[in-house]
Amino acid sequence: MRIVVCIKQVPDSAEVRINPETNTLIRDGVPTIINPYDVHALEAGLQIREKTGGKVTVLTMGPPQAETALREALAMGADEAVLLTDRAFAGSDTWATAYTLSKAIEHIGADVILCGKQAIDGDTAQVGPEIAEFMDIPHISYIRKIVDVSTDRLLVQRLMDDGFDVIESSPPVLLTVVRELNVPRMPSLKGKMAAKKAEIKKMSAADIKADENDLGLKGSPTQVRNIFAPEAKTDRKILEGTAEEKIDTLVKELVGLKCI
Amino acid sequence: MYIKVNKDLCSGCEACLQSCPYDAIVMKDGKAEITELCQLCRACLSVCPEGAISEVKEAADLKETDQGKGVWVFAEQRDGKIAGVSLELLGAGKGLAEKLGTELAAVLFGGTADDAQELIRWGAEKVFHCNEPLLSTFNDEPYASLLSKLIVEQKPEIVLTGATPIGRSFFPRVAARLRAGLTADCTSLEIDNETKNLLQIRPAFGGNIMATIFCPHARPQMATVRPRVMKKGEYDASRKGEVVAVSAKGITSRTRVVETVKEIAETAINLQDANVIVAGGRGMGGDKGFQLLRELAEVLGASVAASRAAVDEGWIPYRHQVGQTGKTVGPKLYIACGISGAVQHLVGMQSSDIIIAINKNPEAPIFSVATFGIVGDVHEIVPLLTKKIKDLKG
Repeated sequence: MRIVVCIKQVPDSAEVRINPETNTLIRDGVPTIINPYDVHALEAGLQIREKTGGKVTVLTMGPPQAETALREALAMGADEAVLLTDRAFAGSDTWATAYTLSKAIEHIGADVILCGKQAIDGDTAQVGPEIAEFMDIPHISYIRKIVDVSTDRLLVQRLMDDGFDVIESSPPVLLTVVRELNVPRMPSLKGKMAAKKAEIKKMSAADIKADENDLGLKGSPTQVRNIFAPEAKTDRKILEGTAEEKIDTLVKELVGLKCI
Repeated sequence: MYIKVNKDLCSGCEACLQSCPYDAIVMKDGKAEITELCQLCRACLSVCPEGAISEVKEAADLKETDQGKGVWVFAEQRDGKIAGVSLELLGAGKGLAEKLGTELAAVLFGGTADDAQELIRWGAEKVFHCNEPLLSTFNDEPYASLLSKLIVEQKPEIVLTGATPIGRSFFPRVAARLRAGLTADCTSLEIDNETKNLLQIRPAFGGNIMATIFCPHARPQMATVRPRVMKKGEYDASRKGEVVAVSAKGITSRTRVVETVKEIAETAINLQDANVIVAGGRGMGGDKGFQLLRELAEVLGASVAASRAAVDEGWIPYRHQVGQTGKTVGPKLYIACGISGAVQHLVGMQSSDIIIAINKNPEAPIFSVATFGIVGDVHEIVPLLTKKIKDLKG
């Protein structure tokens, strides 16, 4: 089975703040990580390989620094890493990103494509399903359990708000995964050593035969107009006194506000 | 488009370096220079005290656009029940349609003739309804194919749906197919007075940052919208509208929904519909702490929720998790007990009307969003509060 796992290098989002005066990102020394959901996608890919045999290719699109994320994935056990990097990709929204990744995946060849449910920086959850549409293959989102996977059948559970759906399909197929799916393995020391020396394949717009009108900002239907800091609440009240007094005040306030 | 530094104006102050989220600005010979790492995010434009950084438009940025006509709301149904967010979007969509001087229509797959009428009573002037069995249960491919087909035929200018598991899974396929712009999980929608573009406001970076997104050329403009941030429209039982029957002829699927399983025990409490939520975090200390919360929830008729820390500890199942990787809630009253208030939690609950924070650490960030804060031990405060409310209710 040819398995491709799409990963994204993201800032550790908890540490990204906005300067309210200049409306710009403050990112002093914000570390980058592999998007946490993508680590579960990679683990799923490795487990499928263990069951059916085959090869796991990990793919990312990003600046040259994204190589770090690919090496981490190799250390976990991926067979091959591909970095899609080109000036022409700059400014891609989800549409252009998915188009670019789909062209690369067609180039690599895949029976099962795995993505995290969403990336923690953009939180859109759109790139996975969009890749599937570009490749004209089915997709199933929010996989919480892979019941059965083989070259001609796939049975999975899709997490929904009120429970889960059991869905049947067959490769080629794209799956986006949630954290409940598995517990990712830690990279082994041997894996880390090998990953350090491994070759990272680089692909450009020309390599994947992409149409330049569909790349980067030019290929992106959406654009960011501006960014700003969320509004903070101002009507706060810290209650004083003994525990009893605080509760009395609180309950009175809540009764006044018709909350109780 | 690209970003350019006017070297004559650049004073070499380096103010722009910090503003760049991608490290794409370097100093060369005392002047700022934009490198190939630039993602065109425009963050640097406003920081330059000399106004030396500007965006340069190219011919491709200035294409004419066929606007299309009409605001559409895809009304989601599961087991024949219309999602609350769909009704909220009919409320919001009406405002947008009025501003644009166009009509508001709903699209309904599955459901009954009465469900279609109900959408009209909630504000739709027209409903495109397909009641064929293939569409009765949500399945990505047929939903995406049929909606795409309808959009191509009718050319709406705006298409909205809820940012639910369903909307967020199949809308991207539609957008990809139609080369349409799609913005995920919006919390506010506006119409730009000048260009009539839809301005889509959404949180990014786990809610630390808000971004305004727009689609300058592509149509339709598509968005998924977070549940419980928009207000439902006015329900009018006498409102009349048109129902257009839609055929699913030629629509196929390569995935099959074998079974739909409800996890009732865990989901009887639907957090997103709750009016009052009692939530616990690491500070609750364990199962016993959560028992205190259940007692408080009982006297309040509230649902119990948790922060990720408590879920990770195994004190309560994932479905109760509120925050970036859990649910977004907006109850009338949210009582946060022993929750420090990491930003990932705050983004999931800060739109609650009234927030009470109980935490022993006066510096805990949860107090920054709290309407009322109590600094103290949850194990003392929570039972006291339960007792007090019990007494009050007699």
